[in-house]
Amino acid sequence: MTITGSLSYIGRNTLFFLTLIGRVMLFASNTLRHCVTGPFYWRELFSALVQIGWLSLPVVGLTALFTGGALALQIYAGGARFNAEAVVPSIVAIGMARELGPVLGGLMVAARVASSVAAEIGTMKVTEQIDALVTLSTNPMKYLTVPRVLAATLCMPLLVGFGDAIGIMGGYLVGTARLGFNEVIYLKYTVDFLQIWDVVSGMIKGAVFGFIIALMGCFYGMNSGRGAQGVGAATKSAVVGASILILATNYILTEVFFTA
Amino acid sequence: MIKLKNVHKSFGNNHVLKGVNIEIKKGSSLVVIGGSGTGKSVTLKCVLGLVTLDKGSIHVEGRDVNKTDRDAFLSKFGMLFQGGALFDSLPVWQNVAFRLLRGPSKKLHDEAREIAIEKLRRVGLSRNVADKFPAELSGGMQKRVGLARAISIDPDIIFFDEPTTGLDPIMSGVINQLIREIVVEMGATAMTITHDMSSVRAIADDVAMLHDGVIKWTGPIADLDHSNNPYLDQFVNGRADGPIEAIR
Repeated sequence: MTITGSLSYIGRNTLFFLTLIGRVMLFASNTLRHCVTGPFYWRELFSALVQIGWLSLPVVGLTALFTGGALALQIYAGGARFNAEAVVPSIVAIGMARELGPVLGGLMVAARVASSVAAEIGTMKVTEQIDALVTLSTNPMKYLTVPRVLAATLCMPLLVGFGDAIGIMGGYLVGTARLGFNEVIYLKYTVDFLQIWDVVSGMIKGAVFGFIIALMGCFYGMNSGRGAQGVGAATKSAVVGASILILATNYILTEVFFTA
Repeated sequence: MIKLKNVHKSFGNNHVLKGVNIEIKKGSSLVVIGGSGTGKSVTLKCVLGLVTLDKGSIHVEGRDVNKTDRDAFLSKFGMLFQGGALFDSLPVWQNVAFRLLRGPSKKLHDEAREIAIEKLRRVGLSRNVADKFPAELSGGMQKRVGLARAISIDPDIIFFDEPTTGLDPIMSGVINQLIREIVVEMGATAMTITHDMSSVRAIADDVAMLHDGVIKWTGPIADLDHSNNPYLDQFVNGRADGPIEAIR
């Protein structure tokens, strides 16, 4: 490739990326505007709460359970190098509440929800169901996007809280059954070291991640290309976009919450 | 009356509509014909406001559709989409009663259901179909449900986008007949886009032929077979030779 060709390639991709950021920002601001102006579709909101929140419980719970257990094993092995095995309960609790609960929960929900939302809305677009909504005097943003974004934003903090509890329980099970911790002491260390802000900060992260997940699913679904390939590409982009944004936002929120 | 005046629409370098002029008289049925990719669907989407015009104007009953209240404008509309465009997640009766369950035309649940069942009956579907989901229905039944949804609020204007695509000839005939009956019965203004000549003959009062982004011919259905327009003749008779280039 010539130098001109390389520069042209870089320029094209930079423009594409900047345009994409602008379009996502516009979509987000439109979504927020519609979130505060009626009409509201309560039935769709309830359905989204069930789909996004209730049905994500097993995925989030299992992820947290195994992560909590593995974390306990790792901290125990690492702590043993300088005789600090006793930190296992507190580090598991803090690690789950501040980071692993929201981030892993967010990534798992992104895989489950952003993909299904993008595929569902993308298919609706391809089969003209979105156009049909417009002709039926129904704003697709209000009917499809707002309920999903609200549901994900409301559900994710609860899912994170649930994941934290299951993750800590995973650490407790491994700590007491496998690593020989006393049950009472393990729980005491967990409760003593864990602060309310550890849990609340994780739940705030969860709310932000929920917003991102549903937003990306809806954005890529609404902008899906034609045919199976278009819907497939939209689904992939929604999951990748949501995952990257979750990780990037997590870093920014951690900076704001814990170092500012 | 619906009036399209000098409508232009491009997608990038693809100039789809290059000055379309169409007039549909109140209570009449106009069928727009033309080959695939000639801009028939884009024309229809321009009227509905699903696609914004680059140039020109569209007036419905004297009002510019781009300057009027969109909800009020759409509340008079019904539309049958090519693939039905039924909502998979809703049972058939809720698809039909979609407008009756929400928005300004909102009715009580039971009343909306009864109206939906009545509309289903009008298009030849029994009460048993009401609680099924669209995926459980055949293509022809889905078209009928789409038709029932289009007439659910007794609209003044109905659009039909390729109403017989994908149907066998007998089912096509049934749908054409239903469309004609309903349009006449309701006194609605209808615009249909199709390339199915049997639909044209069954549905149309007037015909407009769209080719290369402009209307090549327009006139009453009675003149269809002796128009002396080479584009229309080639299309109506399905000839490969003529002014319309056929890719072989």
